[in-house]
Amino acid sequence: MKAEVAILSGIVALFGVAILSVLLPSKRASAQVYVLCLVICAAMFGIATVRLLDPAAYEPLVLPLGLPGVGALFHIDSLSAFFLLVINLGGALASLYGIGYGAHEHEPKRVLPFYAAFLAGMNLVIIAEDAYGFLIGWEFMSLSSWAMVISSHHEAENRRAGFVYISMASFGALTLLIAFGLLANAGGGVGFAALRAGAADTQIASIVLGLVTIGAGSKAGLAPLHVWLPLAHPAAPSHVSGLMSGVMTKVAVYAFIRFAFDLLGAPAPWWSMLIIALSGATAIIGVLQATIESDLKRLLAYSTVENIGVVFVGLGLALAFKANNVPWAAALAFSAALFHVLNHSLFKSLLFFGAGAVLVGSGERNIEKLGGLIHRMPQTAIFMLGGCMAISALPPLNGFASEWLMFQAILVSPVLPQWGLKLLIPAVGAALALSAALCAAAFIRAYGIAFLGRPRSPQAANSNEVDRWSLASMAILLALCLFAGVLPGPVLDALSPVARAMVGGKIPIQSSIDWLSVVPIDEGRSSYNGLLVFTFIALSALLSKQIIHRFASHATRRSPAWDCGFPNAAPDGQYTASSFAQPLRRVFGRQAFAAQETVDMPAPGDMRPASLRIVMRDRIWDALYEPVATVVNRIADQLNRVHYLTIRGYLSLVFAALVGLLFTVAIWA
Amino acid sequence: MSNLAFDVAHLLAGGLVLASFILLYQDRLSGLIHVFALHACLLALSVGWQAWVQQSPHLYLTAVIALAFKAIVIPVSLLRIMRRLGIHRSIDIIGGVGTTMLLGIGLVALSMVVMLRATEFADPLAREDLAFALSVVLLGMLMMVTRRNAVSQVIGFMSLENGLILAAAGAKGMPLVVEISVTFSIVIAFIVIGIFLFRIREHFDTVDVQAIDDLRGERRE
Repeated sequence: MKAEVAILSGIVALFGVAILSVLLPSKRASAQVYVLCLVICAAMFGIATVRLLDPAAYEPLVLPLGLPGVGALFHIDSLSAFFLLVINLGGALASLYGIGYGAHEHEPKRVLPFYAAFLAGMNLVIIAEDAYGFLIGWEFMSLSSWAMVISSHHEAENRRAGFVYISMASFGALTLLIAFGLLANAGGGVGFAALRAGAADTQIASIVLGLVTIGAGSKAGLAPLHVWLPLAHPAAPSHVSGLMSGVMTKVAVYAFIRFAFDLLGAPAPWWSMLIIALSGATAIIGVLQATIESDLKRLLAYSTVENIGVVFVGLGLALAFKANNVPWAAALAFSAALFHVLNHSLFKSLLFFGAGAVLVGSGERNIEKLGGLIHRMPQTAIFMLGGCMAISALPPLNGFASEWLMFQAILVSPVLPQWGLKLLIPAVGAALALSAALCAAAFIRAYGIAFLGRPRSPQAANSNEVDRWSLASMAILLALCLFAGVLPGPVLDALSPVARAMVGGKIPIQSSIDWLSVVPIDEGRSSYNGLLVFTFIALSALLSKQIIHRFASHATRRSPAWDCGFPNAAPDGQYTASSFAQPLRRVFGRQAFAAQETVDMPAPGDMRPASLRIVMRDRIWDALYEPVATVVNRIADQLNRVHYLTIRGYLSLVFAALVGLLFTVAIWA
Repeated sequence: MSNLAFDVAHLLAGGLVLASFILLYQDRLSGLIHVFALHACLLALSVGWQAWVQQSPHLYLTAVIALAFKAIVIPVSLLRIMRRLGIHRSIDIIGGVGTTMLLGIGLVALSMVVMLRATEFADPLAREDLAFALSVVLLGMLMMVTRRNAVSQVIGFMSLENGLILAAAGAKGMPLVVEISVTFSIVIAFIVIGIFLFRIREHFDTVDVQAIDDLRGERRE
């Protein structure tokens, strides 16, 4: 009971900060608001952690808010506690980053009030125990993030991103509203207890699952509803991008889990097939786009799409195992998905903050114009390297731990009786393996082009290291990534009550296992020891360094960069981002992007330079969104005529409507 | 007695519908106003008869208001306005009188079907009244839609109001406040429309609303 009151006061305080930020004088408002948000989020993070480790009995807090006569219900179960932890950890660190980063904002008051309201909205979604509070929070989250997406509205690109985002968000909210409405109608109330009763009918439950997959999927970035992410996430200020990519998508994951594992009761086996197939495709689509993207923040947004795919594969597996009564495997898949939720929120925030630092330091987002930043921004370069390693699932960092668990869950899929799932899950497993490899390629490319080599533009050459607040925030995130990767056991133990509540099973208690290993099923099958890997890597690296310095030379040697045997002084002679991506583009380009390369080779004697043009199209956009846009435009054109009728025309419309209604009444009876 | 009361009420309300039909095809503006005065007289008679049948004296007041305002003050002032504007001899263009009349007959049939079915258990007196009232309202709207001249549109609007008052009088126990407020609204509408007429005339030298549409430069019908 106490925790609910505390979190609600935190939400009220955040709304207070939102109002305060408008009143404060412009100059100092930024830092003050971010400090306040940091303090509030840190406090809520503490409360959520306590509640996760020590779950309380079901005793919802009822407040006389919301619908008259019904009241608003709030409750924090272990699932809510976990997501509160993720949100407020991300919120606190983004605020810490914002203290420094916000100083570079041109119009801080376009961001500050919405920033606080955004954090409040996300928390409200998680603690709501009825449809009403959930949807209110959801809309606060959508609208305030939309306002931040269009905060630099002078650029046409951002306005377009805002339009696409608000359309998708409204669409998603509508489907969730209908989903809640169906359940509330069948169950006779908007509280979660009544909604659970409403899901007793399998048909309604199936329709609701479909609606929620669309509604939550459009927020999370499940293909083919992911198109807004790469537009909207880069448009917002970087700490907000980090929050949107790392944290807001997790609120959508929460919505999906809340419905699919809690409200809808026992799942049908075919649901999981839908989810697994969709999320496998999402992972591949996201990562393919990321490998060819040159805008650093867009690249990160596409990689978010991939990671959401990974998380949803885990959730789909958990659904499949739950439907077939294999609780231990369901718990494994579910824990892996939640662990990946936490990990992705950490490293994606870290990477977006790093991208923000690059943006502040050099003024560039396009990696084709960067290069050599490791010498100019050495600390940011280290943190970014850590983030890239984590997201590429390299041990001993956290990305490896959760993806390894995910593959353990995929490997036990033969226990499932359905042939469809038996065939589908290994295929999706292969897709995940491919996407993990492509993800590593994408981040090697991003890091290598941006931080290594020589500067490709004067901006990159003149870039500077960012402020301490930003660096501190990134350092904490990297430390957390390392902690969760080296010691995944305590994290998995903390997730255990969530898995027990949602899928009814649990994985072995990790703290009872010797040598801090992680054992997902039992000790005879497979285990992973992050600490051992870390120690080995650290020791061998130190040892080889010592040996080299002992037996070779102490001096640092500088020699010309090797350029495939063609010594060329110009930085243009280096590998570019698109040349790095070219092999992948050749392999996947025709199918995935409808890529067309045209070489314009001048005839001998012609003095103009040869050129290579690449045209790529987003097939999903062309196939799904263009037709909708065309139809909407056509209808709008038709309706536009109604704006220019004569007075008699309008009177005739009213008259025709009246006569039409009377006619209906006459025929009806 | 009750049979006679019913028949007379029927006759008067039917006369009102008939007057609406005359309004529908009358294209001469001065004639239109005269017919409207007749319309209002019939309304006053009808309401007066209802007052006598229902034994409710306040309906007499309604009848008197209708007679004074709608049958005398408004037609007389409309005629004076038209003389001042110099349009008392003008003719409004109505496209296809036959079609309009057929439409009108259809509307009356429609309102009969709807009303008689909807008020199955009501007092027969009120039933007939309501059915005719709805016909008058619909015919008034049809007139507003088919006319181009602002004056004819005003008349259409007023006849529509007459239909409303007929309906109000037919329902038993209608408080006086409602009727007074309806009357006031008519007076205000009249004032507003009168000013509107002068303004149109000032700007466009005509009260044909087509001129406004032309001025807007948008598409014509």
